[in-house]
Amino acid sequence: MVPPPPQEPHPSGDERFALLDKSLRKARYRQDQLIEVLHAAQEVFGYLADDVLLYVAQALRLPRSRVYGVATFYHLFTREPMGEHICSVCTGTACFVKGADAIVDAMVSEYGIQPGETTEDGTLTLTTTRCIGSCSLAPVTVVDDDVRGHLTAEEALQMVVDRLAAAQDAASEQPVEVS
Amino acid sequence: MSPREPRATVPVTIDGQEVDAVEGETILSLARRVGVPIPTLCYLDGLSVHGGCRLCSVEVDGDPRLRLACATPVWQDMDIRTSTWDLQEHRRRIIELLFAEGNHICATCVSSGACELQDLAATNRVDHIHYELSYADEGVDASHPKYVLDRDRCVKCTRCVRVCAEVEGASVWEIAERGGGSRLVAEMDVPWGEASSCTWCGKCVLVCPTGALSFKGRGVGEMRHDAEVVAFLSRARNEGEWVNRTDEEVPS
Amino acid sequence: MAAPIDLDDVVRFEREERARFVRRALVCTSTACVTAGALPVRDRLTAALDEAERTDIGVVSTGCPGLCSRGPLVRVEDRAEQTTIYTHVDTEGAGAIADEHLLGGQPTDGATTMPPDLPFFARQERVVLETAGRIDPERLEDYVGEGGYHALAKVITLMEPAEVVDAITRSGLRGRGGAGYPTGRKWALLAEAEADTKYVVANGDEGDPGAYMDRTIMDSDPHRVIEGLAIAAYATGATKGFVYVRAEYPLAIERMERAIRAAKRAKLIGRNVLGSSFAFDLDVRVGAGAFVCGEETALMASIEGRRGLPVLRPPYPTEKGLWGQPTMINNVETLANVPAIIARGPDWFASLGTESSPGTKVFALAGSVADTGLIEVPMGISLREIVFDMAGGIPNGRTFKAAQTGGPSGGCIPAQYLDTPVDYEHLRDLGSMMGSGGLVVMDDSVSMPEVARFYLAFCRDESCGKCVPCRVGTEKMHAFLDRICEGTGRRRDLQHLESLARTVRATSLCGLGQSAPNPVFSTLEHFRDEYEALLVDLEEPDAGNRSEEVAHEPA
Repeated sequence: MVPPPPQEPHPSGDERFALLDKSLRKARYRQDQLIEVLHAAQEVFGYLADDVLLYVAQALRLPRSRVYGVATFYHLFTREPMGEHICSVCTGTACFVKGADAIVDAMVSEYGIQPGETTEDGTLTLTTTRCIGSCSLAPVTVVDDDVRGHLTAEEALQMVVDRLAAAQDAASEQPVEVS
Repeated sequence: MSPREPRATVPVTIDGQEVDAVEGETILSLARRVGVPIPTLCYLDGLSVHGGCRLCSVEVDGDPRLRLACATPVWQDMDIRTSTWDLQEHRRRIIELLFAEGNHICATCVSSGACELQDLAATNRVDHIHYELSYADEGVDASHPKYVLDRDRCVKCTRCVRVCAEVEGASVWEIAERGGGSRLVAEMDVPWGEASSCTWCGKCVLVCPTGALSFKGRGVGEMRHDAEVVAFLSRARNEGEWVNRTDEEVPS
Repeated sequence: MAAPIDLDDVVRFEREERARFVRRALVCTSTACVTAGALPVRDRLTAALDEAERTDIGVVSTGCPGLCSRGPLVRVEDRAEQTTIYTHVDTEGAGAIADEHLLGGQPTDGATTMPPDLPFFARQERVVLETAGRIDPERLEDYVGEGGYHALAKVITLMEPAEVVDAITRSGLRGRGGAGYPTGRKWALLAEAEADTKYVVANGDEGDPGAYMDRTIMDSDPHRVIEGLAIAAYATGATKGFVYVRAEYPLAIERMERAIRAAKRAKLIGRNVLGSSFAFDLDVRVGAGAFVCGEETALMASIEGRRGLPVLRPPYPTEKGLWGQPTMINNVETLANVPAIIARGPDWFASLGTESSPGTKVFALAGSVADTGLIEVPMGISLREIVFDMAGGIPNGRTFKAAQTGGPSGGCIPAQYLDTPVDYEHLRDLGSMMGSGGLVVMDDSVSMPEVARFYLAFCRDESCGKCVPCRVGTEKMHAFLDRICEGTGRRRDLQHLESLARTVRATSLCGLGQSAPNPVFSTLEHFRDEYEALLVDLEEPDAGNRSEEVAHEPA
């Protein structure tokens, strides 16, 4: 068994690396646990920045190229920081048949970002997903953890508008006009 | 098993020709020994089998699926066809797809005249591309002091990835991303010159079938690869033949 | 060391416990109903009972009963075997149900209920989904109380491994993941393989858009999968197993993990299963978003922590799989059939369905039908019975155009074949396939070239990029379809599309690429006129000027 690397605080002082260490220990520094470790790293950091990948590569004693190859192969790993809110439009078959395209188009024209992109102010990331298995509710859109079905493009857009407005209200703590 | 031990032979038919094949050898090895040409691209003697280019697909009588010559061992009374009309059509389309995917302008390429993709197009009579060109435009990575990477000419055969991991043991290269977006990267997509794990051995350059990897300073048509070096190295390792190659075998 | 679970004890206890309740409300908490708001409904019911201090009325969170389009579903069971199923329940409705039915004993007036003989349920034959929707998936005892893990106990105490393989072979069970390979033959291959360590894997990487059978099995009845896998391990001599679940199914992952922990505590898996010498270790592995990982060899690469690239077969996984050791991969639904086959006998199973495709199949019904959701039907049932009798036909005054089965690897079946029996062979003969069981119904408003373009885009995005025909071929096929759908395609584009499709099918490395052209072939076969109508040059082929041909010289 390969001895685990020494447990020293990360030079950056970033305490999140201690959390990552915990996941690495749980994975017993096994190379075949790379995907589990990357899931954990993304959970901790929000996305997989180069220094995180480098850290994982060294901890698991894997070539950098190998870790990078895996991190970029799977859709659910992201190497860019995500927006504060994530709108994910399901584009599976049932949703496609029921007009998911119109929802995507509505988002794209409202926020000026393509699927996979984040608005410049970092508030919203738009993604598409291939089937979350709620086909009976098609078309389905997920905003953060809120899953809703049977949506028209307008309703889906309103869902995002409401979520962003609610977050803004909470942040500003100002009385707001309700239109 | 020692490689020198004589192995049993089995009767096999290849393109109507009855031949004795060595038990356990691949269709490709047999075809090369008896002089039947089968096109290959990702396959390279001395490296693990990749099976990605699909050019060596052949028909085997009684088998509804095509078989890869590079990966399929012969069996007794196997009846192999290597160049039926269908196979030729498939090969032409695959070659066209490769041309359409990259940016293979031979007139400006260092490897023109010594390029395996160019040869494949010529021997398989591909003179038109019927598919929309992708117009790849990734630019050239000339950050390494000795070598140049031109991703637009890369066919993703992974010879460089395999030779670096399997023979040199450095694992500098990997194919990152996936599908149509997949691309050759050094380490974590750093400029090649900054890849600290690169030993400057140059084997990736020698095995590249196209002009994607080349020695720095080569002009159009001046690059000569030497893919046989891997077979030489692996034979040396496996059979303990540590001898120098003669001058004629080493390209200048 | 704690003693293993006594199954009969649990059954007895559960039966007594059940008898204690005057009435029970079963709330579906599977993914679709949760999305529709089932959790507040359940909490409202629980709160009402707590307030009334009634411990003889139970609220149970169950898995999926199947009728997802009418969720949230609440099923109230009175002691006299009388059940009422409330549909589209909101918190307000839950209040009424609690007051009037649970506490008052009278079915709630005015609430939407479902007739108990609704064909959607009445026509089903539930084997795999036998207990889904009736038990709490987070309680091991619920599953055991319904006879769960008795098949595992039976094989360990009464059967030799070879007898188990033989029983599966005789049942005629075929892989439910799509291709329909005989399961018994696969088990026999692993049983014959000689190695120190052998692996069995449940493939829950259900990536077909429009399919969610495996997800439902895992989140509604996870112990059934564990039992099936443990029996497979016993029969084949495997000692280590994995359940590979796609990361898009958080609820299924959570419940599988919880179920595995519970099974380990009860010694139903682990070092000495039920006190015997049989050892079986089981873990969940989570995907990270790659459709191609449903392919056996790519799935194994992913379990090993590598890029999910398929590799050449042979060698087959049963010879050389995970970490070079013999490995068998079975679909989740396939494994979920196993406990019933052992418990009720292979002959009983073989009597269901058709001769070449025995048993049942779970379908995920979606698209343009009145009722969507999950159904389990005997093999050989006709599409017409499913679409019109069970799912209530096409709503909004539209007419049936096609049923898509098999997801991106399958094809579209037009109206003239509605009476075809649904089994592996018949679907394949129609240019489609069983696939994992997605069934998307399309009405006359859907354009079939658009459908083909949709699936091609899916395959292009999901291609791993290893082999040329799939990596580049799907992209170029999609480009031709783009041109045709946008109304700028010409006859020559259609010809090139078809010839390229043949090459992609014949030369791609794995099933993803080989089947990627299927939606194109099947829509062309049955709906060619729709493609023709979109072409801009309708004159005879080759009548045009050759110099107009879009072609590029290489070099």
